[in-house]
Amino acid sequence: MVPLSWYLALSAVLFTLGAVGVFLKRNIISMLLCLELMLNAANLAFIAFSSFFGQVEGQLFVFLVMTVAAAEAGVGLAIVIAVFRNRETLDVDESNLLKL
Amino acid sequence: MPLELLVEWTIKLLIGFVILMTTVAYLSLFERRMLGFMQMRQGPNRVGPFGLLQPVADGLKFIFKEDITPLAADKFLYVMAPALSLVPALMTFVLIPIGGEMKIPFIDRPIALHVTSVNVGVLAILAMTGMGVYGIVMAGYASNNKYSLMGGLRSSAQLVSYELAMSMSIVGVLLQAGSLDLVKIVANQGGWGGMQWHVFWFQPLGFIIFLISMVAETNRAPFDLPEAESELVAGFHTEYSSMKFAMFFIAEYANMVTASAMATVLFLGGWQGPGVAQLPLLGPFYFVAKMLFFLFLYIWLRASLPRLRYDQLMDFGWKFLLPLALINIVISATVAVVLL
Amino acid sequence: MTFEQILFILFAGIVVGGAASVLLQRNPLYSAFSLITTFVGLACLYVTLKAQFLGVVQIVVYAGAIMMLFVFVIMLLNIRDEDTAVDPNRFLVYLTIPLGAILLGALLYVVTKVNLAQPTGDEGGTVERIGTNLLTKYLLPFEATSVLILMAVVGALHLAKREKE
Repeated sequence: MVPLSWYLALSAVLFTLGAVGVFLKRNIISMLLCLELMLNAANLAFIAFSSFFGQVEGQLFVFLVMTVAAAEAGVGLAIVIAVFRNRETLDVDESNLLKL
Repeated sequence: MPLELLVEWTIKLLIGFVILMTTVAYLSLFERRMLGFMQMRQGPNRVGPFGLLQPVADGLKFIFKEDITPLAADKFLYVMAPALSLVPALMTFVLIPIGGEMKIPFIDRPIALHVTSVNVGVLAILAMTGMGVYGIVMAGYASNNKYSLMGGLRSSAQLVSYELAMSMSIVGVLLQAGSLDLVKIVANQGGWGGMQWHVFWFQPLGFIIFLISMVAETNRAPFDLPEAESELVAGFHTEYSSMKFAMFFIAEYANMVTASAMATVLFLGGWQGPGVAQLPLLGPFYFVAKMLFFLFLYIWLRASLPRLRYDQLMDFGWKFLLPLALINIVISATVAVVLL
Repeated sequence: MTFEQILFILFAGIVVGGAASVLLQRNPLYSAFSLITTFVGLACLYVTLKAQFLGVVQIVVYAGAIMMLFVFVIMLLNIRDEDTAVDPNRFLVYLTIPLGAILLGALLYVVTKVNLAQPTGDEGGTVERIGTNLLTKYLLPFEATSVLILMAVVGALHLAKREKE
């Protein structure tokens, strides 16, 4: 049997990779992708705990997180399209004015 | 894991694979002959008796054609794309039950005629077919060709839109069967002497929605916009030749076979039919007959209907099929509470 | 090493490899495809954790729908290799690596405090169990997400719509 700590360690590695990615990447789409990575790291931890404690709540959380992620991706990408239309670039450092 | 089970799975997988590939090969011949018949011409009839060796000749031709990679293509994605569209198309068939449990000589336990059965069967099939889109999208992007890119974009939008209507039309069946397991869904349709199919017993609307979106999901006429030859040359596979093109071709036909099998299992009772309870051997024959009916329908549609315009296709999917599917869910839920 | 542990290492390799590839690729489309690999690996891990339903939903929703949206937008804007390299003038960027290491260290320290080798419950995440809980005990959050989704749909439509002159 695989111990719980293995899953949690994997989740930690995944979360760190996502966080580092958000800091390093300058392309807004790549940053959103790294954000998804962090969400998934949390999901993995939720499911691991849920499975090891035999409770279904963790999985329900993951279900809700997935819907939130879908909403986030939809709105986020709409913003990306709006920004690209006005500035013709996806570099976040270029989008440093408050008005579009 | 017991060795006996592993052997059983391997044998079933091999048999399933061989049957699927043969069906795909002969489906192409069947389609060309049927189209010829409907258009008052002969169709391929030269290679072997009635043209029966035509698929072999086609296969040989595909292998010996020159394999072209465009200079400006994204090499890695260009090679990955055909594989990514073929693998999910072949994988889905493992979950389809083509018959009930059967006694086979020299084996003391009954053998079920499906490779495996999981408790999220329907969702698993939707997941696998959903992954097939990426092959088409990748091909469109990697070819570095505007026709391919347009084809890839169109196809991704079309497949995602119609996948919604398709999954919504299945919900009615799931409500009625009370399970996502394909084996249990088939078992639920065994009443009335094997004729209590979901299409009769209150899912006719769901069946029609599924049928339309299944044709759109497999990129077939009249919804074959991703490869509309009159405007996009050949869509996403414009730049592909030789075996790479053949893989797209096989994937398309394997998807047709799987979609027909899904429609059979979900709505036409799978292997159920009159007399199956007495003679289980009839089951696979019923299954194949129903599947052939759907495959014939595909060809019939292709011969009869003109291609839709892109905006018509999107309007039809989002503004007509999806609301209809939602209404079907409400009706099914009400009827299920009242009658079941 | 048991069969399950070998499976875990295989899938974890896919997950970590995909995640590292998301960071290393310059082309956003390659990043997106790497992320899909990660999601498929995660779905396999969910199945090993007896959460079959969420494993499949992970592929349908994440790999199938959300990533499709990303790929679609990347193709629509037709970005090829636009991810600029790290700007050497911004010295703060170099802090990312030590900060990441500290974060990983802190997380792993917490993980070592958890020593649970065997599952205490054996019921998996069946569709029935998740459905029943979602529609009875946790009905309010479920309905709240439906409102959220509706808001996201309206918001996305409004943001991406071309303004008429």
